[in-house]
Amino acid sequence: MEAIQFAEPNRYVSVERLQAISRQIRKDILEMLSEAGSGHPGGSLSAVELVVALYFAKMVHNPLDPKWADRDRFLLSKGHAAPLLYAVLAECGYFPKSELKTLRKLGSRLQGHPDPTKLPGVEIPGGPEGIGLSEGVGMALAARLDRKSYRVYVLMGDGELNEGEVWEAAMAAAKYKLDNLTAIVDRNGVQQDGLTEQIMPIEPVANKWRAFNWNVIEVDGYDFEQILGAIDEARSVRNKPTVIVAYTTKGKGVEFMEWQSEYHGKVPDKQTVQKAIEELQKR
Amino acid sequence: MSAKPIQTSMRDALGEALVKLGEEIPELVVVGADTSGSLKLSVFGSKFPQRFFNVGIAEQNMVGVAAGLALAGKKVVCGTYAVFMPGRAVDQIRNTIAYCRLDVKLVGSHGGVSVGPDGGSHQALEDIAIMRSIPNMNVIVPADGFSTKKLFTQACRSVGPYYVRLARPSSPAVYTEDTELRVGRAEILRDGSDVAIIAVGLMVDKALGAAQSLREAGVSAMVVDSHTVKPLDAETILSAARTTGAVVTAEEHNVFGGVGSAVAELLVKTHPVKMEMVGVNDVFGESGETDELMAKYGLTEKHIFEAAMKMVKQK
Repeated sequence: MEAIQFAEPNRYVSVERLQAISRQIRKDILEMLSEAGSGHPGGSLSAVELVVALYFAKMVHNPLDPKWADRDRFLLSKGHAAPLLYAVLAECGYFPKSELKTLRKLGSRLQGHPDPTKLPGVEIPGGPEGIGLSEGVGMALAARLDRKSYRVYVLMGDGELNEGEVWEAAMAAAKYKLDNLTAIVDRNGVQQDGLTEQIMPIEPVANKWRAFNWNVIEVDGYDFEQILGAIDEARSVRNKPTVIVAYTTKGKGVEFMEWQSEYHGKVPDKQTVQKAIEELQKR
Repeated sequence: MSAKPIQTSMRDALGEALVKLGEEIPELVVVGADTSGSLKLSVFGSKFPQRFFNVGIAEQNMVGVAAGLALAGKKVVCGTYAVFMPGRAVDQIRNTIAYCRLDVKLVGSHGGVSVGPDGGSHQALEDIAIMRSIPNMNVIVPADGFSTKKLFTQACRSVGPYYVRLARPSSPAVYTEDTELRVGRAEILRDGSDVAIIAVGLMVDKALGAAQSLREAGVSAMVVDSHTVKPLDAETILSAARTTGAVVTAEEHNVFGGVGSAVAELLVKTHPVKMEMVGVNDVFGESGETDELMAKYGLTEKHIFEAAMKMVKQK
């Protein structure tokens, strides 16, 4: 298969290929979590297609030059989905795939939550929820000051929307009309303690963002046509930041993990993970 | 010494320094949180409107935005009252600015009870302790307008995270326009052999006054402005302790975790001497005039004088 030209803004990557990459990423996530023995499978598996669409089809970047000044930025605000980011970065070629098995180990560049000072391709530190959108606002402002055309994408969890800072940042993005900023909400409905609508109801999510003067696009988080279309629409909208609310499933792809808050931050034993990987291959 | 010393304002000095730095450093940007008039960040804002961002009453977002700007290659100054920042934004400071050693200068104004009538809610007495305990963070507490301008400018010219703590009121000048000051190097303002007074902020001027009274009482007091609280100038402080054998620290901050603690941590491992800490004794402030509050909370020349006499007697 032809290599994907990541620095080419108008490249074409087929949906079939994105689906195949997504399958591989899910397998990598499960294997690295199994090897690590701890971590966050649920929110890593839920957002695979969103991140794959960005890195493989839409974002302009260069794995051989991670600090390229004109690159689009992907900010993983839900830092606990580190395995997803690492699997994607490795698949793109930012570092060797063999390094994935060092996740969470002493001395590894693959910290439990991403550390940009350690691993190439990581843009922001992750861990505490709710900071990423603020950092995205800062970067989008810097891009404008520097007359750069790069875009900033921020992936947030839905539980993360409980954090007040998210809405402080949402106001600021609208004030400064940051049309180079796109937020993506992984609306998987589950947070660590249970269902989002039981722990801290956040509906109506889309209308909240509309009320904050954002352009809102709602998509099925597993339908590549919709995801790619939304990213294109966000690129064309002027004078407003865009949020893509992606309806997803926590633990997507592994039946016993789906919709289970238990698997927000727990890794099953190796045998069970092996079964899960086999299940993935069948889908 | 003239009878009536010049009064200087740390905040005015901050504004002046920012305008100069803005001309010198094109990538310098400033972020404020609805207190930019008070902190004189707005002086920079009027001069460089494109490079000034007011995010409203949202300190967490202010620090997050500062982090994003820094990650995209900007040199960033952000500031508000110290009770709010670090107060409201400790997590953002820890997990972005300090964790990634970002090029952000955090200015916390209105440190200490000298804030006055606004009361205890607005009088930061814990900010030095908080910032000092965060890895990668540098902490500076200037003593007057002149040192604010000099030290803040140096902090801005260097790369990495700094916390600069200012006081609200105008205060007597300790320095002149021409004094050479260096971040990381404590200033020996007065030599002495019986006791060393190590002070920061508004307490430096009071330490000088106390040293004069001590002289009249036959005690030779050294006065050190330890404006860089982190990294502490260990060499100067250790040498002061060795020379005098008795140390008094003075700060407008809780005695837990501030400059007194920093000096004690150093001396207990290297050269333990008799030591007394002048500061706020683990209580909150309240409303009142600056001078009334400084007296009530034990932050006057007299308090330093008495602490020094006690240490000298115990030697």
